[in-house]
Amino acid sequence: MDAIFLQILNGLDKGSAYALIALGLTLIFGTLGVVNFAHGALFMIGAFCAVTLQRFLNLSYSAVDETKTDFLGNPMVVKTPYVEGWFGPELGQAIIAWSVPLAILLAIPVMLFVGFAMERGLIKHFYKRPHADQILVTFGLAIVLQEIIKYYFGANPIQTPAPPALVGSFDFGVLLGFDPNVIIYPIWRLVYFIFALVIICAVFAFLQFTTFGMVVRAGMADRETVGLLGINIDKRFTIMFGVAASVAGLAGVMYGPILAPNYHMGMDFLVLSFVVVVVGGMGSLPGAVAAGFILGILQSFASMNEVKALMPGIDQIVIYLIAIIILLTRPRGLMGRKGVMED
Amino acid sequence: MPGLDRKDTRFFILIVAATLLMPFILQPFPEGSGMAQFNAGYPDLMQRFVIFGIFAMGFNILFGLTGYLSFGHAAFLGVGSYATVWMYKLLGFNVVPGLILAVICSAIFAVVIGYVSLRRSGIYFSILTLAFAEMSYRLAYSVLTPITNGETGLQVYSNDPQVLMGPGSPESTHFFGLEMASSYVMQIGGWAFTFNFGFYFAAAIFIAMFYLTMRIFRSPFGMMLRAVKSNQQRMNYTGLNSRPYTLAAFVISGSYAGLAGGLLAAMDPLAGAERMFWTESGAVVLMTILGGAGTLLGPVLGAGFIKYFENIFSKINDNVLHGWFAWMPDGLEDFMVAIIHPFVGKGWHLTLGLLFMAVVIFLPGGLVEGGQRVARIFRRRDKKAPEGSPEEQAAEQRNPGPAE
Repeated sequence: MDAIFLQILNGLDKGSAYALIALGLTLIFGTLGVVNFAHGALFMIGAFCAVTLQRFLNLSYSAVDETKTDFLGNPMVVKTPYVEGWFGPELGQAIIAWSVPLAILLAIPVMLFVGFAMERGLIKHFYKRPHADQILVTFGLAIVLQEIIKYYFGANPIQTPAPPALVGSFDFGVLLGFDPNVIIYPIWRLVYFIFALVIICAVFAFLQFTTFGMVVRAGMADRETVGLLGINIDKRFTIMFGVAASVAGLAGVMYGPILAPNYHMGMDFLVLSFVVVVVGGMGSLPGAVAAGFILGILQSFASMNEVKALMPGIDQIVIYLIAIIILLTRPRGLMGRKGVMED
Repeated sequence: MPGLDRKDTRFFILIVAATLLMPFILQPFPEGSGMAQFNAGYPDLMQRFVIFGIFAMGFNILFGLTGYLSFGHAAFLGVGSYATVWMYKLLGFNVVPGLILAVICSAIFAVVIGYVSLRRSGIYFSILTLAFAEMSYRLAYSVLTPITNGETGLQVYSNDPQVLMGPGSPESTHFFGLEMASSYVMQIGGWAFTFNFGFYFAAAIFIAMFYLTMRIFRSPFGMMLRAVKSNQQRMNYTGLNSRPYTLAAFVISGSYAGLAGGLLAAMDPLAGAERMFWTESGAVVLMTILGGAGTLLGPVLGAGFIKYFENIFSKINDNVLHGWFAWMPDGLEDFMVAIIHPFVGKGWHLTLGLLFMAVVIFLPGGLVEGGQRVARIFRRRDKKAPEGSPEEQAAEQRNPGPAE
């Protein structure tokens, strides 16, 4: 029982990332009808927002401290980050330590901007083109974005540590009545899961309870009619593209402490996220989220030793296997709407 | 040529000549000159041109004709390579059994994958093929290690059976005694032209495959595949079952990929699972689109283009750039180098991505369409030539239409 519970927990962090990326992909697909292969790159850009902020906060000035000497006997040069100079050493240290969560504040405007720029500059011209063209041009864009990041940040992964207060593990099992020391879970992963839940709830609440969201949902159901009612649906869809980009970006920001950001992390996640979207059903937001978590958890179950002994290699292929089975038995995926992408 | 009309025969002869003369065509700059690094006439690269030409041509039979976008074609490339290396291990270094097995294995593989994947179309088909290819890739690295030798890659060891190896057989890949690696270098003035047997072997297969592709394109079968692309629903309504046709196209295109994989192993007796990775599948899509999907020449051009840039562009470093702009004033020279630097050398993928985007945006028909547009401009100029001139007659022949 506790082993099963532990695997569910282990699947949650990956599942959260899949769910967030798939949510963004589905938002874009559902609103604009565009298959966005650059979505993984948006995830990656989000992660590099955290890297950028971390570097920016660590910018330091050098000052000569006459009271101390280095090992040669000369006055020591002390490097102090500007932040410490401005806010005092204690607050400054804290700001630097919390750079990853703080990067959320940076990532939202950056990702909104990237999203708007992408939609207005490129995607707009591809509404009427076939899906294959959309896939190809966004695939090219993904390569370009990835190479730009590689040019500025190098090819090696860059560590973005979590705040010290959230590093390490804690005994999660005790809280739920299991024996002590059975279910030890890293704090940051739990934080990531909660963060993902908050974002997902926020997106759904936005779509469900605001007028703007209502119009967008109406547009997803029947774009033409909404347009005929005199509503500028294109503008709203552009904003939704920005929202979807921010969701992917935020997923990337917070994923940094789990997986050190590197320039090809987006592509690695993209392929799986597409599988997730298709399994969940093209165009279905709850489907994407559910499929994300389900596949993440199934993947962690498949990497249990007991399962691997039974079916060797299953941990490597379980997601793809499930995808194939689901696509062949439920053509629209788990919760796909009728008439979406059925050709 | 049998089965080809006059225009096609002329085109085919042109292709054959261009392929066979590649060692000359790709070596336009003398050795030791500043431009020598743009020469592509070395065997390794030329082999890649024709092999990836075959790969892209096969992909084009599926994507270009039927419109089914497969994102898992690299799996067949990998299967072909593994099959060929296994034949080396079991029989000996003659490439013929290996290539035959490569085609058979990849065809069987394609029948299985195609039978399942072709039940769906559109993006679902893409995801299904991607899922199959990723599964093959991951299994090749994990459970199938006894067959694939995991991360080390499959290669021939001295204790392998190699039952057909006689005492005098060559110790490297060969075609009935003619070694793939053997080359003849011809020196003419400052130029050095390399004639490599491996390249000509691959080129011969390429030409045969090109002929086959041409026949497929011009056949009723090819017409049927085009019909699938333009309106499958209508085809079904007329009472035709399109599935056997698409499956046949899938299997043919999978066997092309398998053959290409086998040829890769014929040039270098190694096979690794990284050939099955989805980026490799993405690469063949890029080649086909860049060149022009659905055209005969396009995929081949695209394959050559990408492989050329991969090899040549990635070699340009800052020193070379400084050499180019040495004639400029110092400040301007550094500026130019700084501008171009991100696009070459290790960053050549950036150039590829931008180029690819530009092609998809502005030239959906790829390089071939670009060429046709340029040709059309020239044709318009032809029209202005005096009446009855040979140019005009030629233009009329090429572009028959109502007289103005």
